[in-house]
Amino acid sequence: MAVNYGSKRVVVGAHYGFRDWLSQRVTAALMALFTLILLAQVLLPGPMGYDKWAGIFAQQWMKVFTFVVILSLAYHAWVGMRDVWMDYIKPVGLRLLAQVVTIAWLVGCTGWAVQVLWRL
Amino acid sequence: MAEISKVRPGENMRLIEALQYRLPLAGMVSILHRASGMLMFFLLPFIVWLFDTSVTSEISYDRFAGAFTAGIGFVPGVIVKLVVLALIWAYLHHAIAGLRHLWMDATHAVTKEFGRQSAVVTLVLSLALTALLGAKLFGLY
Repeated sequence: MAVNYGSKRVVVGAHYGFRDWLSQRVTAALMALFTLILLAQVLLPGPMGYDKWAGIFAQQWMKVFTFVVILSLAYHAWVGMRDVWMDYIKPVGLRLLAQVVTIAWLVGCTGWAVQVLWRL
Repeated sequence: MAEISKVRPGENMRLIEALQYRLPLAGMVSILHRASGMLMFFLLPFIVWLFDTSVTSEISYDRFAGAFTAGIGFVPGVIVKLVVLALIWAYLHHAIAGLRHLWMDATHAVTKEFGRQSAVVTLVLSLALTALLGAKLFGLY
């Protein structure tokens, strides 16, 4: 492996290991579970409309679960997009800019989604 | 440890050359996994908007439902439906391809044959479910 410390250290990158691999899978499993639980509630008997749909997210346990999934999605998307930028954008400055914009984009969307969720 | 060679094969491949490269089905699933993830990332504000309008109030719910018929601003309803259809495909492909990864990690299923077969399953299942939900979205049943 190339020297990755001192003056030859790669200044933008992943953490080369287990943490990202594991977090990507744990967050994915949480989102898959959320999908099944949401689908089960959508398929419960009764006409689909505002009352049923908003009622699903109004339950406290569903709010907490949805909150966890929103954060999971943001982290999952961050790891994924960072991998994409690292693969395709070679100039360090441009890559840093893409990563900063990605973080701002994800934090913004997360804040909006959480606001919608907790005012229900 | 041996130094990694500075010039790797494919290092200087141009995009046009990459597009001519014939991918095996597992490679197709892999690049679509990436493309679908990027699509959902770029459309994230639209997804949050759908969530916002659909749950906030009955008035906003009507706006949410109206987006699929009357459209949003100058964007006609049919375009909104097509974008949502693309999101449905992206979600299904990404989720199924992701479950394929989880399965491979958990069972150490790393044979070439399993890779090809599970790739076929991923493509067929995601496209079939997209067609099913798409038909519902466009009011075919």
